[in-house]
This record gives sequence, C-alpha cells and structure tokens, in this order.
Amino acid sequence: MPQYFPPNTNAFVRWALLGGGAFTVALIVALPIYARTMNNAVGVPVEQPIAFAHNLHATQLGIDCRYCHTSVEVAASANVPASETCMTCHSQVRVGSPQLAALWTSWEADAPLEWNRVHDLPEYAYFNHSAHITNGVGCSTCHGRVDQMEGIWKNEPLTMGWCMECHRAPERFVRPRSEVFNMAYQPPSDQLTLGRELVAAYHIDTEKLISCSTCHR
Amino acid sequence: MNRALRLVVLALAGVLLLAGCGRNMAEQPRVGPSQATPFFADGSGNRTLLEGTVSRERGAIDPVFFTGQSEGALVTELPVELTFELLLRGQERYDIYCAMCHGYTGEGDGMVVRRGFPRPASFHDQRLLDASVGYYFNAMTNGFGRMYSYAGRIPAEDRWAIAGYVKALQLSQNATIDDVPADVRRALELAGTEGSIR
Ligand code: HEC
Ligand code: HEC
Ligand code: HEC
Ligand code: HEC
Ligand code: HEC
Ligand code: HEC
Repeated sequence: MPQYFPPNTNAFVRWALLGGGAFTVALIVALPIYARTMNNAVGVPVEQPIAFAHNLHATQLGIDCRYCHTSVEVAASANVPASETCMTCHSQVRVGSPQLAALWTSWEADAPLEWNRVHDLPEYAYFNHSAHITNGVGCSTCHGRVDQMEGIWKNEPLTMGWCMECHRAPERFVRPRSEVFNMAYQPPSDQLTLGRELVAAYHIDTEKLISCSTCHR
Repeated sequence: MNRALRLVVLALAGVLLLAGCGRNMAEQPRVGPSQATPFFADGSGNRTLLEGTVSRERGAIDPVFFTGQSEGALVTELPVELTFELLLRGQERYDIYCAMCHGYTGEGDGMVVRRGFPRPASFHDQRLLDASVGYYFNAMTNGFGRMYSYAGRIPAEDRWAIAGYVKALQLSQNATIDDVPADVRRALELAGTEGSIR
C-alpha cells in the first residue's frame, strides 16, 4: 500500500486536534457569558412607545406604584397598566399632546399598547412579586430609584448570583412591611439586628430560599 | 479505525453538541402574563372576561355586596363588619387610588387636579355628607361623570373599606375635641399637634 501522506502530516493532525479542542472549550466558556450579558443591560434606558416618566407620575404627582402596578401585592407578575388606567387621567389631562398620540390610538382601537419589557428572566426561572412584597423586600432593593427615573432601565443584573446574594442572607435586606413602597427608605445602622428580628417575625424560611426547586420548578 | 480518526469524530460530536446551546429553555412556547401571542385572533395573551361573567369572589352571589344596591335603592349600611382594621385598610387604599384627585382630606384638591384634572366636589359639602356608603361604593363601581370606574382595579372588599373610610374622613374633618373619648383625649393633648393614630 503506497504512502499517501508524508510523515509530517502527523504533526499537522495533532495541531489541528489541539486547535479544535481549544476552540470548543473557548465556546463552552464564552457562550454562557455571552448569554448572560445579553440579559444584562444594566442602566441602559429601554425605548418605549410612549415616553412615560416615572419621576413625573410617581414623585411629582405622588401616585403610588400600586395605582398602576395593581397586582404587585397579590400576584407573581407586577402587571404593566392597561391603557384604561392612563385614560383615567389623560381623557382630561393633556388631551391632544403629541406625546400621548400612541395612547389615543390604542384606546380608540381597543388594542393594547405594546410596551417593551425591561426586566425579563429566562422562563426556566420562577419569580414571584407578592412573596417578596409581603415579606418586607422593597421595590427599590431590586429596581432602584424608579421614582426618580425619567426613562426606565434595569438597576440590577438579575443573574442567579444576584438573587442568591439576598436569598443566602435575607436579613441584610428585609425592611418593615410598611416601608416596602417607600422608595427613599434607608436601612438603619443596625440593619442586621432589625433584619434578624424581621426574618423571624415574618417566618421567612431560609432553607427554602436556597433550594433549587424554589426558583426552578 | 485509527486513534487520530477517533479523536476527530469525538471533536466533531462535541461541536455538534454546541448546537444545542440555544435560548429555547429561556423562551418557552407558553404565554406569560401580558405577553403577545399569535394563538388568539387579537394577538393578546391577556384575556378579557366573557360577557355576563359573574364573580364568585364571595362564595355565592350577593347582589348587595357587589352592586351596593338593595331593591334598586343604594344601601345605607356597610354589608361587611365595621372594624378598625377595615378603616385602616380603607385609608391605605384611599391614599393609593383616590387621594391624587380628591386630596388626602377629601377636599378635592389633589395634585392631579392642580395639574389640570376637573375638580370634584369636596366630600365635606352637605350633599355628600348626607350621601350613604352605598353612594360612594356605587361611584367607584360604575364611575361618576368624568371619573372612570374602579371596579376592574379595586376588589369589592376594598371598595367597601374605602367607602367606610370616606365616611370616617367626613366625621374627622367636622369633629370637635368633645367627640374624642376621655382616655384618648389625654393622650392627644400629650402628643400635641404631632398626634397620629396611624
Ligand atoms: C401612572 C402609572 C405608573 C405608576 C404610578 C408607576 N408605574 Fe411603573 N410602569 C408604568 C408603565 C406604563 C410602565 C411601562 C413603561 C416603562 O417601562 O416606562 C412601567 C414600568 C415599570 C417597571 C419596568 C417593567 C419592566 O418592563 O420590566 C418597573 C420596575 C416599574 N414600573 C416600577 C414602578 C415602581 C417601583 C413604581 C412606584 C414608585 C411605579 N412603577 C409606579 C406605569 C406606572
Ligand atoms: C392619576 C393621573 C394620571 C395617570 C393615571 C397617568 N397620568 Fe400621565 N400625566 C398626568 C398629569 C397630571 C400630567 C401632566 C403633568 C404636567 O405637566 O403638569 C401627565 C403627563 C404625562 C405625559 C407628558 C405629556 C406632555 O405633553 O408633556 C405623558 C407622556 C404621560 N403623562 C403618559 C402617561 C401614561 C402612558 C400613563 C399610563 C401608564 C399615564 N400617563 C397615567 C396624570 C396621570
Ligand atoms: C426581589 C426583587 C424584586 C422586588 C422586591 C420587586 N421586583 Fe419587580 N421585578 C423583579 C424581577 C426579577 C422582575 C422580572 C420578572 C420576570 O421576568 O418574570 C420584575 C419585574 C417587574 C415588572 C414588569 C412586569 C413583570 O412582573 O414581569 C414590574 C412592573 C415590576 N417588577 C414592578 C415592581 C414594583 C412596583 C415593586 C414594588 C412593589 C417590585 N417590582 C418589587 C424583581 C423585583
Ligand atoms: C433583597 C432580597 C431578595 C432578592 C434580591 C431576591 N429575593 Fe426571592 N425572596 C426573598 C425573601 C425574603 C423571600 C420570602 C421567603 C419566604 O416566603 O419565606 C423570597 C422568596 C422567593 C421565592 C419563593 C416564593 C414562594 O412561592 O414562596 C422565589 C421563587 C424567589 N424568592 C425567587 C427569587 C428570584 C428568582 C430572585 C432573583 C431574580 C430573587 N428571588 C431575588 C428575598 C429576595
Ligand atoms: C433565588 C432563585 C434561584 C435559586 C434558589 C436557584 N437558581 Fe438557578 N437560576 C436563577 C435565575 C434567576 C437564573 C437565570 C440567570 C440569568 O438569566 O443569567 C438561574 C439560572 C440557572 C442555570 C442556567 C445557567 C446560567 O447560569 O445561566 C442553572 C444551570 C441553574 N440556575 C441551576 C441552579 C441550581 C443547580 C440550583 C440549586 C443549587 C439553583 N439554580 C438555584 C435563580 C435561582
Ligand atoms: C383622576 C382623578 C380621580 C380619581 C383618581 C378619583 N376620582 Fe372620584 N371624582 C373625580 C371627579 C373629577 C369627579 C366629578 C366627576 C364629574 O362631575 O364629572 C369625581 C366624583 C366622585 C364622586 C361623586 C361626587 C359627587 O359630586 O357626587 C365620588 C363619590 C368619588 N368621586 C369617589 C372617588 C373614590 C372613592 C375614588 C378612589 C377609589 C376616586 N373617586 C378616585 C376624580 C377622581
């Protein structure tokens, strides 16, 4: 049988395999990192069909979060308000403002406004607002000072590591239930003492918080 | 098969496995809250109630509880037990849903009114002092003139709590020190003007 390949082909194959292997490893490492940064546009304002300003409505007009995000205390999802909620006021206020044109189109066509999602966990992870609100985790702990935002953006990365930072030691973050909607709340200097009392008082189950099946069900 | 070929096949298989690294676990073919979907003709994942749907919130159907009316007349008594907790709940809900227009004291001078919304009548006008709890429940449930209905946003229990609180608010704005029980009066005097029952 004749020799088709010269002897130095062996070295070529070896190098090719090594290169291929390195490439595979690099991909395995890089893909999840890429996937995470895709979900991680922290601090980047999201384009919306209407330039809705939380600072105007929540702070200047003093409207409570729950006026619009009605289900946040009782459901997993915090709902973005229907056009009817906006029209409660805008049927009378700033009628004809070009900024509100999309709202009127939606209202007259009886079609929902399509807001772009800002926070969006992958669907294999389960999250529940009411469980956090009723156990003394404030909106501002996770969403930052939404009441001062003119646009809207994500304040935290929402990675599993970020969730666990609190779930491993909730006493560092919980506050009295009455302060959950207080966007300007500052933790007291003895947060750990208060936090431990609250974790006991609210019967927060610290075992459950770190179990995989709490968030992956 | 020689060893090099076996390694090449293994490496290729590894590369094929990578093709599985999609985001299909992250975006599953189910509809989440408020998501768009091609499944329904209107493209919306949130469904509106069918015409004629009856709430079963309170076990059996209770027309007084849900409409605030009894035999066509507005009720004058709360259909729920009047407790201090109910009033506190009513205060919290009033401050969330009504105060930006009707004002924290019910004068009709809320922030949104100052920014251009038509001014509602003060809850301390004689006509509204005379109005029954059913009147307030009815205004929230069915809307009133330029004010939209709140039936879709505030559950019936909370609408009764707010109605009860508005009646209490009316008493509070027209109260004198003689209306305060003697034991509480002392505490009030001690606390001076900073007193708050909250
Ligand atoms: C007048 C109604 C209104 C009030 C009051 C309001 N919001 Fe919103 N909120 C909206 C609308 C509309 C959107 C979607 C548009 C946008 O993202 O700006 C939204 C979006 C959000 C989002 C991002 C949602 C996403 O897509 O991930 C967060 C977080 C949020 N609001 C928190 C709050 C908090 C906290 C408060 C109380 C301080 C509050 N909101 C008060 C109407 C309101
Ligand atoms: C409780 C009343 C109320 C609700 C509910 C409300 N707004 Fe407003 N909004 C106002 C008032 C009052 C102003 C005008 C403030 C000013 O400039 O004096 C305003 C101003 C605005 C403006 C600026 C308009 C301009 O011409 O400058 C936009 C945009 C807007 N609102 C969008 C919305 C959207 C979208 C919603 C529903 C998610 C909404 N608002 C819900 C009361 C409300
Ligand atoms: C423990 C952290 C945490 C707290 C506290 C919290 N949120 Fe969220 N919020 C999230 C996460 C995570 C998401 C994304 C949920 C998803 O993608 O399923 C989210 C999403 C939202 C959305 C978009 C709609 C939705 O539910 O997906 C709104 C609106 C919102 N939050 C408002 C609020 C308001 C108002 C409060 C305070 C009452 C609050 N949140 C408190 C973490 C939190
Ligand atoms: C600042 C603290 C904090 C952060 C951040 C936080 N959590 Fe929680 N979480 C809590 C507390 C406190 C509870 C209440 C535990 C209980 O019910 O005993 C809880 C409960 C839960 C529950 C249980 C709900 C149920 O059904 O009982 C889930 C699921 C959950 N969190 C998911 C998440 C996810 C996903 C994230 C990240 C996106 C997150 N949490 C971020 C504090 C936090
Ligand atoms: C507090 C809620 C929570 C708990 C508890 C939790 N996870 Fe997660 N996990 C998440 C969230 C949220 C994500 C999505 C993170 C992202 O988008 O980057 C995630 C992502 C993942 C991923 C996808 C890989 C990645 O990093 O993107 C794996 C695998 C995973 N979790 C495994 C586990 C295992 C194993 C446990 C138990 C030891 C666990 N998780 C417990 C919330 C949780
Ligand atoms: C967006 C501003 C706004 C909000 C929020 C609002 N109202 Fe009104 N309300 C009005 C206006 C304006 C009128 C007068 C309407 C008219 O005459 O066309 C009115 C009328 C009323 C009336 C009838 C008064 C009369 O003159 O007979 C009652 C009762 C009432 N509102 C109760 C409430 C309650 C309770 C809430 C909270 C759940 C509430 N309103 C929230 C603006 C508002």
